[in-house]
Amino acid sequence: MSELGIVYALLGAALAVLLAGAGSAIGVGIAGQAAAGVVTEDPSKFAKVLIMQLLPGTQGIYGLLVGFLTLSKIGLIGGGAANLDPKTGLMILAACLPIGIVGLISGKYQGMTSAAAIGIVAKKPDQFGKAMLFPAMVETYAILALLISIIAVTGIQV
Amino acid sequence: MAVLQMQKVSICALKKERKAVLEYLQSIGIMEMTQDIEEDAAFEKMDTVSQRTSFEKAANTADQALEILQHYVPKKQSMLSSLAGKELVESDDFGKAIERREEIHRVAIRIVKSNKEIAEHQANISRLENSIEGLKPWLSLDIPMNFKGTRKTAMFIGTMPGDHSLEDLYGIIAECAPDLTGADIEIISKDRDATYLTVLCLSEEAGQVEEAIRQHGFARPSQVVTQTPVQKKESYEKQIEQLNKMIEEIQQRLIAADAYREDLRLISDYYRIRAEKYEVLGTLPQTKNTFLITGYVPKESFQDIRGILENRYGCVVDVAEIAEEEEPPVLLKNNQFSESAEPILESYALPKKGEIDPTTVMSFFYVFFFGLMLSDAAYGAIISIACFVLLKKFPRMGAMRKSIKLFFWCGLSTLLWGIMFGGYFGDVINVVSKTFFGHEVGIRAAWFVPLDDPMRLLIYSMAFGTIHLLVGLGIKGYMEIKAKKYLDAVCDVGIWYVFLIGLLLLLIPSEIFASIAGSQIVFPPAVNLLAKIMAIGGALGLLLMSGRSSKNFGLRIALGAYDIYNVTGWLSDVLSYSRLLALGLATGVIASVVNQMGSMFGDGILGAIGFILVFIVGHTLNLAINLLGAYVHTNRLQYVEFFGKFYEGGGKAFHPFKTNTKYVDFKEETNQ
Repeated sequence: MSELGIVYALLGAALAVLLAGAGSAIGVGIAGQAAAGVVTEDPSKFAKVLIMQLLPGTQGIYGLLVGFLTLSKIGLIGGGAANLDPKTGLMILAACLPIGIVGLISGKYQGMTSAAAIGIVAKKPDQFGKAMLFPAMVETYAILALLISIIAVTGIQV
Repeated sequence: MAVLQMQKVSICALKKERKAVLEYLQSIGIMEMTQDIEEDAAFEKMDTVSQRTSFEKAANTADQALEILQHYVPKKQSMLSSLAGKELVESDDFGKAIERREEIHRVAIRIVKSNKEIAEHQANISRLENSIEGLKPWLSLDIPMNFKGTRKTAMFIGTMPGDHSLEDLYGIIAECAPDLTGADIEIISKDRDATYLTVLCLSEEAGQVEEAIRQHGFARPSQVVTQTPVQKKESYEKQIEQLNKMIEEIQQRLIAADAYREDLRLISDYYRIRAEKYEVLGTLPQTKNTFLITGYVPKESFQDIRGILENRYGCVVDVAEIAEEEEPPVLLKNNQFSESAEPILESYALPKKGEIDPTTVMSFFYVFFFGLMLSDAAYGAIISIACFVLLKKFPRMGAMRKSIKLFFWCGLSTLLWGIMFGGYFGDVINVVSKTFFGHEVGIRAAWFVPLDDPMRLLIYSMAFGTIHLLVGLGIKGYMEIKAKKYLDAVCDVGIWYVFLIGLLLLLIPSEIFASIAGSQIVFPPAVNLLAKIMAIGGALGLLLMSGRSSKNFGLRIALGAYDIYNVTGWLSDVLSYSRLLALGLATGVIASVVNQMGSMFGDGILGAIGFILVFIVGHTLNLAINLLGAYVHTNRLQYVEFFGKFYEGGGKAFHPFKTNTKYVDFKEETNQ
């Protein structure tokens, strides 16, 4: 049974990457639809709406970050796989959950907020700075989740 | 350093100088017009709407003509051309173009008209093409399509819905008109939803036959032509050819008109400037012989124009300070470094009356945090070099200039933080030396590697954040002292300082902090006591003083308690700075993922090629994404956390009356 430890840990890394990545994909997708609509009307706003579209993309990066930290922690990259007991493996799995789940949900909602902010840019391009703030507010919670995930993953003794 | 002080200036002069004075003011562009005298018996305003609209229309026509020329004779514009700024022209060239403005304007009208003609011809062509399409099923018919029959026979030409075979059709006729002598049916063609056919019968039986086929939906063709379909098609094609030839001729003319492009740009700007002048002229109060201009002028540039106005144009110039209730327009002036952060402030809000300009303080934090978030020496060097080259290459780039300058400084800061944390394209030196040269070398971090000790950087991030926030609170205190609201300064700022510093001092020796920092910090007992006194005293002070505006004592205490609860707001604000760590780690980790992927091709030539490809694509992407992240989140830290402590904003920008051109700038001597 002791081999299961590494399986749990890998599951954690996978969840961090795939949930947060899916959240970003949904978010960027939602914002992208709004952005494409604006560009059909006014191609000169391309750069501005592209920035807006990319805002929900960071959750995926945070997930990747935690996934990568986890993989190097358990030695799947850059060295032989560590021999984990199931308890440690489950701890690593738990540590990966915050960024995975919060990344998924905040990614989606940040995308929706981005789409609304793209509406601001379409009508009032000079309000770009303020428009950018609304999606950035949502991201705060992804950052907090990332923080706990990083602290937890680096804190677990292997 | 600050918001420029404005003065209200009134200029009164003789009407004959009107044009000269207005043109002078427009060329120096330092006065924002506000005419607050209403029309009355003494003053009246000129109606300039019709002149203005005619100038605007002329400028518009020139713009349209330019767009059309660009369409037919595309001039390549590079990606960077928008940075190059407007073209610089000699005032002589401009003067020459103005002399020929009637001619150039006629050219513009002709170009617009030609374009319209082309559009009309194209519409005709597509109409003809539609007609040809409609003829297609009939092409094998060798008689005119309106042929009705001979003396003895009747001919029906038309379509029937659905797919019918010849037997079907004979069947239909036989069924409906059983005693018919006979009919000859020919199917011309078929498509998905109709059969095209001719029916020939004796003329005395025409009624019966028509009856029979109409019951099954027979209809004559919509376009009735007197020629055979083939002839008709040929004539249509000839028309199309003619139209195409005409279009080509017009296009040739348009291409020839490209010689006027430069002139069109000049007169478009000329008409635009004049339209603006007339707009201002229409707002000026005038008497029979004099006129009056009032507006805001920055105090420091006023002395320069006063002499010229008084001596050259014989104006009477009167200066007044800004009245209490007036809200003057805002113009910022900062040092070379800090002015680059002005666009950041502008996109939030300009300071309202009585607020100080936070740009200078903000610019340092901005550059500091930006570097910390991106924190890769190589990325920083790339950004700085790119921005430096742009700044040198396009010295007159206009609005973007300040932002590019800001990124130059941010790049330097990124470079510095990269050296501190040992990030050079992530860990590319280690990876390359290990993969291709067999033994690993690397540049040691000047400070420490965040990935090895994230908790340490987390604590520093929050410490930087606390300083940032306390500075923000300090600015609030400064503004209140400046406004002579001393009690507010003590209660809203001073007590908070005492309270927060007390709490911090309590927190640092605690076990929670020790478990995060990894080492226990022990203060002397006196400091611990002081911390307790400060925290408790601060809390009491807030409890008693925060609700001081309320007369009711109970409510006052409740408001005070609520204000103490705001300490949770401080907690979340400080936690928000953990993004400094998160984004910094993200750059480094993704960079090392890229490097690792590149090294998977192994060593040798092929490995090196693979590595270089992955390296370029991967690091470009990483740089782009993290640049965006650093930009957005540095803005957020300034806007939400920092400005939230003291800044409201809401001033309106200074819009001087000036030569607003679209295409060209004039060389300096025109301004004299």
